[in-house]
Amino acid sequence: MAQATFRIWRGDSQNGSFQDYNVESAPGMVVLDAVHDIQGSQAPDLAVRWNCKAGRCGSCSAEINGNPKLMCMTRMSTLDLSQPITVEPMRAFPLVRDLVAHVGSNYRAKKSIRPFKPRPPDFPDGTWRMHQRDVDRVQEFRKCIECFLCQDVCHVLRNHGLHEQFIGPRLFVYSAALEMHPLDTESRAGALKHSHGIGFCNITKCCTKVCPEEITITDNAIIPLKERVVDEYYDPIRRLFRVFTG
Amino acid sequence: MPHHPVHEYDVLVIGAGGAGLRAAIEASSAGVKVGVVSKSLLGKAHTVMAEGGIAAALANTDTRDDWRVHFSDTMRGGQYVNNWRMAEIHAKEAPDRVRELEAWGALFDRTPDGRILQRNFGGHRYPRLAHVGDRTGLEMIRTLQDHGIHKGIGFHMETTMLTLLQDAGRVIGAFGYERERGRFQIFHAKAVVLATGGIGRAFKITSNSWEYTGDGHSLAYHAGAALIDMEFVQFHPTGMIWPPGGRGILVTEAVRGEGGILLNKDGRRFMFDDIPPAYRNQTADNEEEGWRYTQGDKNARRPPELLTRDHVARCIVREVRQGRGSPHGGVFLDVSWIKAKLPNAAEHIKKKLPSMYHQFKQLADVDITREPMEVGPTTHYVMGGVRVDAETQMSDVPGLFAAGECAAGINGANRLGGNSLSDLLVFGKRAGEHAAAYAKANGAGQINNAQIEKAERAAMEPFERNSAVNPYQVQEQLQDMMQDLVGIVRREEEMLCALDRLRELRAQAAQVVVPGNREYNNGWHTALDLDNLFTVSEAITRAALERRECRGAQFRDDYPEKDSTYGAISFLIRKAADGSMQVSREPIPELRPDLKQIIEEFK
Ligand code: SF4
Ligand code: SF4
Ligand code: FES
Repeated sequence: MAQATFRIWRGDSQNGSFQDYNVESAPGMVVLDAVHDIQGSQAPDLAVRWNCKAGRCGSCSAEINGNPKLMCMTRMSTLDLSQPITVEPMRAFPLVRDLVAHVGSNYRAKKSIRPFKPRPPDFPDGTWRMHQRDVDRVQEFRKCIECFLCQDVCHVLRNHGLHEQFIGPRLFVYSAALEMHPLDTESRAGALKHSHGIGFCNITKCCTKVCPEEITITDNAIIPLKERVVDEYYDPIRRLFRVFTG
Repeated sequence: MPHHPVHEYDVLVIGAGGAGLRAAIEASSAGVKVGVVSKSLLGKAHTVMAEGGIAAALANTDTRDDWRVHFSDTMRGGQYVNNWRMAEIHAKEAPDRVRELEAWGALFDRTPDGRILQRNFGGHRYPRLAHVGDRTGLEMIRTLQDHGIHKGIGFHMETTMLTLLQDAGRVIGAFGYERERGRFQIFHAKAVVLATGGIGRAFKITSNSWEYTGDGHSLAYHAGAALIDMEFVQFHPTGMIWPPGGRGILVTEAVRGEGGILLNKDGRRFMFDDIPPAYRNQTADNEEEGWRYTQGDKNARRPPELLTRDHVARCIVREVRQGRGSPHGGVFLDVSWIKAKLPNAAEHIKKKLPSMYHQFKQLADVDITREPMEVGPTTHYVMGGVRVDAETQMSDVPGLFAAGECAAGINGANRLGGNSLSDLLVFGKRAGEHAAAYAKANGAGQINNAQIEKAERAAMEPFERNSAVNPYQVQEQLQDMMQDLVGIVRREEEMLCALDRLRELRAQAAQVVVPGNREYNNGWHTALDLDNLFTVSEAITRAALERRECRGAQFRDDYPEKDSTYGAISFLIRKAADGSMQVSREPIPELRPDLKQIIEEFK
């Protein structure tokens, strides 16, 4: 069995440094297995989040050799074991401890988005009819596991720290799922423009590249939302309409 | 006491999976102040892992379905030791609970005429599971989460409860800690709903995450509530078995619902070799008929792969034990063979089972559209739990309610796939409704400081000891022991030995130390969860010793037959005055005549 060295970030919001741990690498092993191995024998107080071990819950996000990834889905065989493997928390968020970051801003941002508001039911028994083809594109967005890796790479959050002015790609995906839901009647264009900061996104597509669910965040969610905002605000007829209605 | 923050609620819900969120939504709709604590972040609970679907007799895909068929399927699956009133309520109310999710924004897969599509599943006579590909649990928890955050509920994420607070026998809140800073918290509430899920972490091979240490079971037990049916632990027949780190991760039954077949190393479809008499009428006797069933032919009977989970798991164990297993000690599950039947099979598989495709491709280098998977049984679910009143979900202890996996009754000796998500919704709602009513009718209780100080002292001990026992290692030894001695196939001598080992491990646990401080210290959390694991492990073992027969998930090698004397009793677990665990027998009330007739009708 091969030896691997893990260089793991240890520390809290005040102090911290990388520390090296050696692990035996076994076939089929993922980074989260190695972290558990270290926790079980070398560093019992190592802080890490995880739940499903199957890429389904979005808890185990971290930066592995600088790349935002799910630890449970990153096979050791995809990494160069001759070099130490660095594992650190998502850097776009404040640190709690070790590999655990504060992701509360994402939950707050979600709450600021107007909730689902369906049209009245199509039938007296309270049901609706929807066709699969109309549901398909929204189902893509609803695959999101809230790992926040897209938020982690977006420069608006990571480099400019605009967590309170810009809801970020995950929440654009969420907004798009609501806006394109066949039954929804709410409008979110105003909020997207004014308080959710969609204008800050300059379509670098970094978010799309890291999404473990392979959601086409930019092309399928953000760009159509930007178009809605444009339609709403720059369409001359609508603009005139707004002048009269306030 | 005053140095700990105190949160005041009418209703406190412990757990934020499907049952907890549904309970919280209902309670807050009733106009009371609701708090939810969850061990993980919101939206990460084990509900997320449910793949197959929500069982509800909507009759969209097959109009012959109705609540009576669902009820009789649930009872048959549970081998008639279910709480029949719960099974009745569940079957009747599940359709409304599913439709309600749609009104809150859930997007299920559709029938051609635009209704909610339903799929076949083990033990369900008709296609009954509302689903979204193989990620139904995610759709459900996200819908509840996104609806719940706008209901004025107080959420306390990453917070674990250590004990229930009591005043004159009644539950009046809970005491625990938040993970981030490790600070203790007091939750003062007029009613408490337990929705903590399962116990999977008591076993080595499990589909459950670190959270599932039987917290609700143990909290209720120590507060004086009865646990029931604890011998019934469901080993899901298909978990991943390779790679080692992924061992136990669930492989959804929907693979078999979509036509997947089980093969031994000789390529034999061994499920045809043993079909239980109670199911013979409903099971295909040839491969062609089984295939037609999975493709929606209403005149075909189901393939034997879709027999109940307890049975399929045992057949797999038999194949492995008799030397016909796969290289890593399981059997093969093959869905790729449907390419012989369908023109664009690979696309079809990816569309219907996207998570499975992804999971095997990424973790095991297996392309399920081309080759078989290797699978074996994994500890998945506990039928046993807090005994509750069928109508209100209240336990024996006033003010204490329970719903979902940590409550018991609806499933009897074995749960049908798909009945869990519907159980969470139906009984989560009822628990929330009745907890709110209880809170309105009762004032706040008096907090007993001595109780808090005692729990706090016990929680701090692992930092203060001078020894070298590592909490992870104690947990691992417990898991190995339970897997070996109280697993799928059980014998008296082994279980007696398990009780001895439990005593030894408890003694070791009393010496556990953790380094570092209280801030987000996983070692500390593991140490604090140990006691709950011991409680549920002992309860499972004691109940399994008493039930000297085979029924559903309980398989006794030394009592290989079903024994009708056990068909009318349940085993109850309680904490005695001297602190020891007591098992007693309780007769199951006689079935109501109209329900008896329904069961006869659909035999
Ligand atoms: S495309 Fe927009 S949202 Fe995505 S990373 Fe770039 S700036 Fe951020
Ligand atoms: S959109 Fe993708 S990357 Fe972003 S949170 Fe969701 S799953 Fe993660
Ligand atoms: S642990 Fe759930 S995504 Fe990694």
